[in-house]
Amino acid sequence: MPLKFDIIVVGGGHSGCEAAAAAARMGATVALVSFSRDQLGEMSCNPAIGGLGKGHLVREVDAFDGLIGVAADAAAIHYRMLNASKGAAVRGPRVQADRRLYKAAIQSAIATLPRTTVVEGEAALLHIRDRRVTGLSLADGRELQGGAVILATGTFLGAKLHFGMASAAGGRVGERAATALAVQLRELGLPVARLKTGTPPRLDGRTIDWAALDRQESDRADWTMSPMTARRALPQLFCAVTRTNSTTHDIIRANLDRSPLFAGVIEGAGPRYCPSIEDKVHRFGDRDGHQIFLEPEGLDDSTVYPNGISTSLPEDVQLALVRSMAGLERAEILKPGYAVEYDHIDPRVLDGALAVRSVSGLYLAGQINGTTGYEEAAAQGLVAGLNAAASVAGQPPVLFDRADSYIGVMVDDLTTQGVTEPYRMLTARAEYRLRLRADNAQARLTPKAIAAGCVSPARISAFQRSRSERESIEGRLRACHTAADLRGRGAMVRDTGRKTLMEWLRFPELDAGALLRVDPLLAERDPAILDEAIEDHRYAPYVERQSAEVARLRRDESLILPDDLDYMTIAGLSAEMTERLCAVRPKTLGAASRIRGITPAALAAILVHSRRAAA
Amino acid sequence: MTPGPVEADTIYALSSGAPPAAIAIVRISGPRADAALQQLGVPLPEARRARLGELRADGDLLDRAIVLRFPGPNSSTGEDLVELHLHGGRAVVAAALEALSRVDGLRPAGPGEFTRRAFDNGRLDLAEAEGLADLLAAETESQRRAALASVGGAVSRQVEKWRGEVLGLSAALEAALDFSDEGEVGEAWPAGWHEACEALTQDIALWLSRPPAERLRDGIRIVISGPPNAGKSSLLNCLAGRRAAITSARPGTTRDVIEVPLAIAGRPFLICDTAGLRQGVDSVEREGVARAEAGIAQADAVLWLGLPGECPASCAVIDVASKSDLGRTAAGALAVSAVTGEGIDGLLRTLVSTADALLPREGETALNARQRAALRDVVTALAEAASDGDMLVAAEMLRSARVALDRVTGRGGVEDMLDALFSRFCIGK
Repeated sequence: MPLKFDIIVVGGGHSGCEAAAAAARMGATVALVSFSRDQLGEMSCNPAIGGLGKGHLVREVDAFDGLIGVAADAAAIHYRMLNASKGAAVRGPRVQADRRLYKAAIQSAIATLPRTTVVEGEAALLHIRDRRVTGLSLADGRELQGGAVILATGTFLGAKLHFGMASAAGGRVGERAATALAVQLRELGLPVARLKTGTPPRLDGRTIDWAALDRQESDRADWTMSPMTARRALPQLFCAVTRTNSTTHDIIRANLDRSPLFAGVIEGAGPRYCPSIEDKVHRFGDRDGHQIFLEPEGLDDSTVYPNGISTSLPEDVQLALVRSMAGLERAEILKPGYAVEYDHIDPRVLDGALAVRSVSGLYLAGQINGTTGYEEAAAQGLVAGLNAAASVAGQPPVLFDRADSYIGVMVDDLTTQGVTEPYRMLTARAEYRLRLRADNAQARLTPKAIAAGCVSPARISAFQRSRSERESIEGRLRACHTAADLRGRGAMVRDTGRKTLMEWLRFPELDAGALLRVDPLLAERDPAILDEAIEDHRYAPYVERQSAEVARLRRDESLILPDDLDYMTIAGLSAEMTERLCAVRPKTLGAASRIRGITPAALAAILVHSRRAAA
Repeated sequence: MTPGPVEADTIYALSSGAPPAAIAIVRISGPRADAALQQLGVPLPEARRARLGELRADGDLLDRAIVLRFPGPNSSTGEDLVELHLHGGRAVVAAALEALSRVDGLRPAGPGEFTRRAFDNGRLDLAEAEGLADLLAAETESQRRAALASVGGAVSRQVEKWRGEVLGLSAALEAALDFSDEGEVGEAWPAGWHEACEALTQDIALWLSRPPAERLRDGIRIVISGPPNAGKSSLLNCLAGRRAAITSARPGTTRDVIEVPLAIAGRPFLICDTAGLRQGVDSVEREGVARAEAGIAQADAVLWLGLPGECPASCAVIDVASKSDLGRTAAGALAVSAVTGEGIDGLLRTLVSTADALLPREGETALNARQRAALRDVVTALAEAASDGDMLVAAEMLRSARVALDRVTGRGGVEDMLDALFSRFCIGK
């Protein structure tokens, strides 16, 4: 007798856990299939959550009541606001997380999810009838029925590990690769491509000469990854910084022939923004050194993650290059670094809900779509979980766009552009960056989350409190002041006349400190919400200027193109245009406009043709 | 976060075939169509009634044109629509489009945009919309022609170079914004960034300060030069078909520069008669010779009536042996008689081929107008980027500059900038 669920999630990583939790919050019954319950929420790469662009994604998932922000706070042993000296739109909240505490936080969150069952086992075969998913079989013969299946299998599809010139099948060290499923996906006709990524060796912190190194302390502020976290709870550790040097580089150059990257063994494309140390030395040979961050993996764990020396060189070379650096002369390697090659599905087969267009009820989320990073994975898990649950319940989809969120930017990039290297979020990818800040994620998205019905009562009341706080602040900012008045309080504004504080905030001279001198009562308001208001008004002119662009985008996004539009029959489209349109099958005219080489006249023709087909 | 209602852009374009033609129709569609008409100095005529109007830019008369207004929604695009029926010369059309590009809130229409608006506003039925296929074919054809024209085109190369520089400036800032945690790029403004940004702004601004379709509007400057009494003024009169210049057998009759605008086979010319070159006998003639020399310096081409090869000009030179009726010839020079008309046809043919080498090719004019409108936005954005102390604002302005440049080159997007970024900076932990 098969077990029945609304949603079956395959994979218990950051994407799978977030997908299961989102579906459960939407009211669905959920099966979360993982090789092992103990590995739910495992951080398989660096022990950090957030960062530039990624911190935005964490806050956005959190705005939907997701897991990653609260879990990161529960495990945070070092907080750092990146780009703190720059505008809030590019500030990136980031934490070092205790690996074990993070996993524990995720596992306890999953354990308390309503209507959710963790199923230990290996997903072996999808059940598909008339191009509709009905469930799956596990390797041990058990069967699960479901209205939708979300595949969040990470690097476990056709993965191959490289330690020097030796290679083995597998996802992470000591785990199995989900190869049977990979074969089935290929048979379904989903285009598969190969990528690679790598990790550095892990060091024994007790063998590092910390005193010889520059320290980077946790910052002193009291912000948290999630506004639902009351305060930072754990003791804070420091990170340290060392550098590669000419000796390190000589060692690497002398052994390039033993790197699978350079011997041509690895065929997958690696990320440009996270190159292996052999790549860095090879491509930027003129540099005299590269900075390496030594990041603690936990409070009760001496493991240290040397961020910046991801490598697939053989172990003896890894030890030599590690020991060539200051502070690491006597360092021991606990686990050598390695490269992973893995298959991913070309995400252009997906729609904006991350559903496979050609197989109804099948969703893909996370690294399987060619992305990298916990935050990118979690955000896709959220999108797939929300939409799978909405679809099974017959509710409208929960879609994101480039002007409302980084999630929308990522999903659009993936589904219209595809990937040529592991996709990582960058703030540079967001055209409307000035309006998409980490600090206004809940203002931007929680109303949407509440409308979708995936938010807890506690979150709703916290959100309402924050909005009424914002209203009080706005009320005070409507007060008028003269330029002389402001100058008298140290804000040397370059303009004259009398304006509201909102308008004066457009001048950088009126910063938070000066604002509090002008209106001391604002000090009684919530500082985080006050900062949100200051940033909103500071960049308001630029945000307004983008409005026309955003309005055009939204108009084009509202023009839905039918799934079965036959581009071959549209007169006048070039062969190249037709080919790209057929690969992407844009859901909206807006998506079509972002495909390279599609001209405005072609768009008009597509629009006319689709209306005609509908008529 | 929700944007307020936004006015649609007002767009304009030459809607009839490529000039020269008898009439050229320029259409303006959008909420600022009426305002544009007023800015060209034309009082608003009654709706759907043809009126003669004088179009002016900066007080200069551009053309006397038939003007029609179709207030929305009862227009072919469903928006306020204005039609200008101009005289169909290239210079007139180029000047009118140029003037429109300076009106606030107006931008050149993209291909298919009028049709798209008409369709959006329910003003186009499906049979009419079928015409889009033809439009697409035309677009492809014009792109092919544009691609051909831009091979070796100095302007296109220049725009590409600027685009590369803007991408580089962007990449430098984006690296500092997105990778400042990595120690490989600093937190601060990249060294030399402001200087590079200002230099680029000035470079583009300088290019924009040159009159655009200068030769189209003013004609190709052909300067007739040579020693005194070589028959320069007679040749001018012969070409002009009237006695534009005083002629006499006396050397040094012409003192000032006499300019006669002429159209030869549809090409615009400005033929300039100048004083004969010699050491002047009196101060007036010396001044005349100085003006003649200045004229040669500004010429696009010189009709040289002196000894072949001795013309002091650095531009194109057409050697002419004048007064052929008196038996004068010279090796390598066109034998011409202003009296009998001998050789004049050959000279006209030579002038036409000279013009074709100097004039922007067909289709390039429109491209130039688009490029210029976009480049003006680029300059504004770059100037703002260089002057704002906030790196985030500067990066946003560079993004607008990239969007504007992409309108010229028709490529796009963030991916190009990331390519520039990753090729320049060693990034990544």
